Amino acid sequence: MKTWIKILGVLLLFYAHIAGLLMEVPRLNIVNETIRATYFHVPMWFGMVFLFLMSLYYSILYLRKPSLELDIKAESFAHAGLAFGILGILTGMIWANYTWGSPWHGDPKQNGAAIATLVYLAYFVLRGSIDNMEQKARLSAVYNIFAFAAMIPLIFIIPRLTDSLHPGNGGNPGFNMYDLDSRMRLVLYPAIMGWFIIGYWMVSLRIKLSKQLDILLDLEDEKLK
Amino acid sequence: MKNLNKALLSLLLTFLITFSSQGQDAEMADVMRSEGKIYVVVAIILLVLAGLILYLFLLDKKVTNLERMINEKRKTK
Repeated sequence: MKTWIKILGVLLLFYAHIAGLLMEVPRLNIVNETIRATYFHVPMWFGMVFLFLMSLYYSILYLRKPSLELDIKAESFAHAGLAFGILGILTGMIWANYTWGSPWHGDPKQNGAAIATLVYLAYFVLRGSIDNMEQKARLSAVYNIFAFAAMIPLIFIIPRLTDSLHPGNGGNPGFNMYDLDSRMRLVLYPAIMGWFIIGYWMVSLRIKLSKQLDILLDLEDEKLK
Repeated sequence: MKNLNKALLSLLLTFLITFSSQGQDAEMADVMRSEGKIYVVVAIILLVLAGLILYLFLLDKKVTNLERMINEKRKTK
């Protein structure tokens, strides 16, 4: 990963944190000043979907042409994506506590996000339960496709079909979901880009470590022979 | 014609005023902003963010070094 991309990501995050706290936001009842949580809570979900999408991509590549490297990449992206998802749920719970009245409201999007997180947790349970490396890689790649296919309706479709407290859901589809005015877009989109880059950076470190671990294991095997 | 223009203009103004003043009465942390204390919060959050990012940078360096070392070791074998 190029250094200038990392620096760009860091700058975007700094901008998002400064502007997110200082710029004007719509004055709305109930949410009041907590509307600023949009800049920090929502990028977690965008980041999660981006990382899971990358994981899906490498899983499909793996199934087309198996190699250990592709499996390592798919696993690393899913791992970071899960971390983003958990942060998304926790930040959402704090926000919900002060605007909806309780941390867990049984909101369709909240439940869907929780189920999607569990589906991806099962990915790691599956990986952990198989010793044979190739079998592990192949089965988890297939499961990863299922996991992504389950996540999309859980987070993006079902909440729109029913009533949801999340803005923009409940019979109101479209990308314009957060009742954002143009001022908020100026902060939210850079924040999302920044977190994409930071997420990608974290993944690249994990990939490096996993590769080196694999090389070390190979060296050990050679010694034994 | 002039009257029509005036009527349209006043209609437009009424719209503008109603939409721009929507939720103006909502309570926001205006005092905290006017006192400038918000900058304290911003400074603290930025420092934590900078610290974590620096940590990530150093970790990245360490991992890259490890990668280089292992590659060299593998070549010499």
